[in-house]
Amino acid sequence: MTSARPSPAPSTPSPGAPPPLRARLAVTVGRSVATVSRALHLGSGSVIGGRAALVVDPRLLRDLTAGRDVVIVSATNGKTTTTRLIAAALAGDRPVVSNATGANMTAGIVAALGGAASDATAVLEVDERWVAGVLQATSAGTVVLLNLSRDQLDRTQEVRKLAEAWRTCLSATPPATVIANADDPLVVWAAQAAPSVIWVATGQDWRADAAGCPQCAGRISFTGAAWRCTDCDLARPEPSVSVEDAAIAIADDRVAIAMRLPGRVNIVNAAFALATATSLGVPTPIAVTGLESVEEVAGRYRVTSLAGRPVRLLLAKNPAGWHEAIELLADPPAPVVVAINARIADGHDPSWLWDVDFERLRSRFVVATGERRHDLAVRLRYADVEHATADTIDEALRVAMGRPEHTAGRPVDIAANYTAFQEYFERVGGSR
Amino acid sequence: MSSPRPTESTVRICSLYPDLLGTYGDGGNATVLAQRLRWRGIAVDLVSIDAGGSVPDSCDLYLVGGGEDGPQTRATEDLLASGALKRAADNGAVVFAVCAGMQILGERFPDMDGVDRTGLGLLDCVTVRVDRPRAVGELLTHDAVITSPDGDRRPLGTLTGFENHAGRTIPGASATTFGRVEIGEGNGDGSEGVINGSVVGTYLHGPALARNPALADELLRWIIGDAALTPIDDTDVGALRAERHAAARSHELAPRRSWRDRLRGS
Ligand SMILES: [Zn+2]
Repeated sequence: MTSARPSPAPSTPSPGAPPPLRARLAVTVGRSVATVSRALHLGSGSVIGGRAALVVDPRLLRDLTAGRDVVIVSATNGKTTTTRLIAAALAGDRPVVSNATGANMTAGIVAALGGAASDATAVLEVDERWVAGVLQATSAGTVVLLNLSRDQLDRTQEVRKLAEAWRTCLSATPPATVIANADDPLVVWAAQAAPSVIWVATGQDWRADAAGCPQCAGRISFTGAAWRCTDCDLARPEPSVSVEDAAIAIADDRVAIAMRLPGRVNIVNAAFALATATSLGVPTPIAVTGLESVEEVAGRYRVTSLAGRPVRLLLAKNPAGWHEAIELLADPPAPVVVAINARIADGHDPSWLWDVDFERLRSRFVVATGERRHDLAVRLRYADVEHATADTIDEALRVAMGRPEHTAGRPVDIAANYTAFQEYFERVGGSR
Repeated sequence: MSSPRPTESTVRICSLYPDLLGTYGDGGNATVLAQRLRWRGIAVDLVSIDAGGSVPDSCDLYLVGGGEDGPQTRATEDLLASGALKRAADNGAVVFAVCAGMQILGERFPDMDGVDRTGLGLLDCVTVRVDRPRAVGELLTHDAVITSPDGDRRPLGTLTGFENHAGRTIPGASATTFGRVEIGEGNGDGSEGVINGSVVGTYLHGPALARNPALADELLRWIIGDAALTPIDDTDVGALRAERHAAARSHELAPRRSWRDRLRGS
């Protein structure tokens, strides 16, 4: 498994021993459903196909990962990107199969694994709520934990419960290696249950969801990079991986890296990926080449064309995600489009808009669109951000590109929450 | 935290325990009040007190947000022990409390185990647990009225917001309410809100003062007076209110649920 076998992209099927018959039959059923769902334009066929497959055989995941190296990646934010980066870091060294498409429920994982060579390393993006189940089914050797925060208006108690579930499963089915965020108290509390942890310093400065100590409900005090609970022994562990401007410090090495994905947040994601790859024995130069080759993740970051206009799509799903997305936007004074929906998958109530520091957009003109554009416009008004509303994305782009601050020929950044992003992604031809 | 008021003309606003009671974006109420003062040229001092911090009794206005059962109980214990909020309210400070925040300002409320807890007694109401699903959705009160501390009944127009709560709140004889709920649950007896003197409670999130500038300005009027309430451009809020009224009236209590949503959502 460690012999260098370059693979152009993850999930390329290659010959190998077939999975058990039961699994093969189930995957065949799943695939035909996926074809139907794509034909009906229901969006990502992988999740629908996977769901049908799971109905056929709940033990599928166990069978499909038996004998493989398995990496589980989970978090509230950044798991799709980091899964993609880990797959890219491994792909120059070995065959890889991955579900790095945002299809992170058990069903989507099964759908992705169905077509893979039996010796391919599985890099699995796993929904926060499914980590215990997937870890138990796959006995994954590597678990990567990026962060935990409130999603939309989840209750904070639920976030703590998620951390507790992670903690329990990491001691019940201990993976050989856990790679975890040293700057997220919830993640640290969960990951400490594992026997071997590589701690990554992320410099995460979103702290609104970590005010209370997950261990004792006491208060966490943050001083500079350090943090500790004022009432118990929970404190920031000593990290062995950290991020500099365009480099990742890992053990005693300083690895220069020229990412094509934008922003510091993606160098942090790359640091997790590099730590994962080297812990699996991938030579650093091969891993770095893979990381530097990634220019898009499930439709995000890449410059594309929407309604005949160049755009770049960014996705943010919750206050912590918006905190990062605002940093990724084109430098001011470039005008930007922000799109907000409030459907089931987004959360019904967009009052979380008031938990996001939209004041940071003050030096830009913002066009508010999406079904809840008026909620956003009121938030921008109170943030003293110059703005307009637009009923459609086409009109929003027209307004943004008509602004004097817009540079002709440059793409317009569109930051959107979940269902708005999916709608635009499909329009740029991103239906997978 | 008993720092003196910078000057008499500065309005001091205190957000209480946003770390315990900040689950539903209610922190936006502080942003709204502060901006509506600044836009009128009035200086603001915003104070935010986290759990364990000492609560000042010298602010002009206190905000208590919504939150979950456990943190709600902890906030109540801290506020009862400190006594500062009660002293401030007795001295005429304005208190605006939302959802769980309103429940703890009443006489009694149920904790996470359903056990009756003593509230702060600033509002004449009791909250009880009822055996029905949480009230979640748009909450609309038509022709709302608020009784000001000096007894005037002031019209607020339509109150709009989003509710998300389990308890039922029963206003007592000395309390007034905003009026009758048109769409949604509100207190649970057909009324919405509980008002006693300068203490105001509501089930409205959204946040409430962002969706309802008339209510925000009425609370500010109690502090700065009529003359200082110069007009503000509320065009954006007007558009949001119109859109939300229409959504609530078209029974968008649970928002649109397409097949695509269902397939992607879980
Ligand atoms: Zn602690």
